[in-house]
Amino acid sequence: MCLGVPAKILETGDGDAVVELGGVRREISVMLVDDVSAGDWVIVHAGFAIERLSEEEAERTLALFREIAESDAFRNP
Amino acid sequence: MKYIDDFRDPATAKALVERIRRDAGDAPVRLMEVCGTHTVAIARGGIRPLLSGAVTMLSGPGCPVCVTPDGYIDAAIALGRERGALLASFGDMLRVPGKSSSLEKEKGNGLEVRVVYSPLDAVALAAATPDREVVFLGVGFETTAPAIGGAIRTAAKRGVGNFSVLSSVRTIPEAMGVLAADPEVRIEGFLCPAHVTVVIGSDAYRPVARRYGIPCVVAGFEPLDILLGISMLLRQKREGVARVENEYSRVATSTGNRKAQDLIRDVFVPCDTGWRGIGVIRGSGLRIADRYASFDAEVKFDAPVVFAPEASACRCGDVLKGKILPVDCPLFGKACVPEEPYGPCMVSGEGTCAAFFKYGA
Repeated sequence: MCLGVPAKILETGDGDAVVELGGVRREISVMLVDDVSAGDWVIVHAGFAIERLSEEEAERTLALFREIAESDAFRNP
Repeated sequence: MKYIDDFRDPATAKALVERIRRDAGDAPVRLMEVCGTHTVAIARGGIRPLLSGAVTMLSGPGCPVCVTPDGYIDAAIALGRERGALLASFGDMLRVPGKSSSLEKEKGNGLEVRVVYSPLDAVALAAATPDREVVFLGVGFETTAPAIGGAIRTAAKRGVGNFSVLSSVRTIPEAMGVLAADPEVRIEGFLCPAHVTVVIGSDAYRPVARRYGIPCVVAGFEPLDILLGISMLLRQKREGVARVENEYSRVATSTGNRKAQDLIRDVFVPCDTGWRGIGVIRGSGLRIADRYASFDAEVKFDAPVVFAPEASACRCGDVLKGKILPVDCPLFGKACVPEEPYGPCMVSGEGTCAAFFKYGA
């Protein structure tokens, strides 16, 4: 129910935007997020963008995963 | 999405499982995932057996369909049957049992129920059918509350007077507090819901961590997110601390989405509300504010939803509280299967019983 899906903004309008969800273009509301523009990634839930997705933070988490994989691999060859 | 595969890397998963096993003590650590989407992701990812003996994952009351009381279903059916309302609902509500029927059964008998993807679709439906009252079945948690509030505001702005919401919106931290205080459940860590946190912010769990000394970690829904979240909970336990940490920082923040919070505060007012299988939890509901009373189906039709504890052999209540696993219910897999569900946890795709039935314990 609280499932949110990452989607890329294709175009924006007045409080609305068009995203691609599972290969289908769909209009969503962007009334809950400020200043989104085409190319931004957002999390969409029940027809609303609830937040944008930070690439920088995603990279930070992935770097942590790589660190865990490498350090634990070293510990358990 | 370029990140999906990166968050499912098997080598990292293996390293995290080993780390979790090293950090776990002698007895399995009892952790609760609160969100139904986590429940499904854990079952589908086979995480429970991977951590067997080190971690016991309990499933909390985070599936809104599962905790919606039967009185709500009865009230919705009555609005359709007796008041001629056209009901608009998320699809997973249709098979939830009321006291004697469900929306799906009633639909088969001629009740008009439309499945919508967004509450805004229900407003559009009302605008397109001005001679009919459209009642949206507004269930969900803080993730969905802004969408429902946004629909009410949109209807008000556009003058769509034949739209209203039967609200059964709930807030999660209050329910977590009740479960944290329950000595029978013995929760040692909460895996906090990702998208609820996107709206309310991870700081919202600080009272739970502080008051009950239970570590809280917000985690995303990919397998590595969940494993890292569990590992972070075990590290806290090992260090003897109980704080709020955020693994899902690529979307969720400590303060949440202020615009969504303002919208919730504008449209809703906190209230006491009944949870199926659990009972009334103080301050855990959101009713529609008086300024939007004309969009509140309970007020508009003078038809309040009545909550009464369920009386049946179904043990969904104990499943939702983490007191038993679905396999411990005498009905599970026998009188209660996904095709013929007896209780709500078997109805919803996010229900614990349905997840156990589909993916195994």
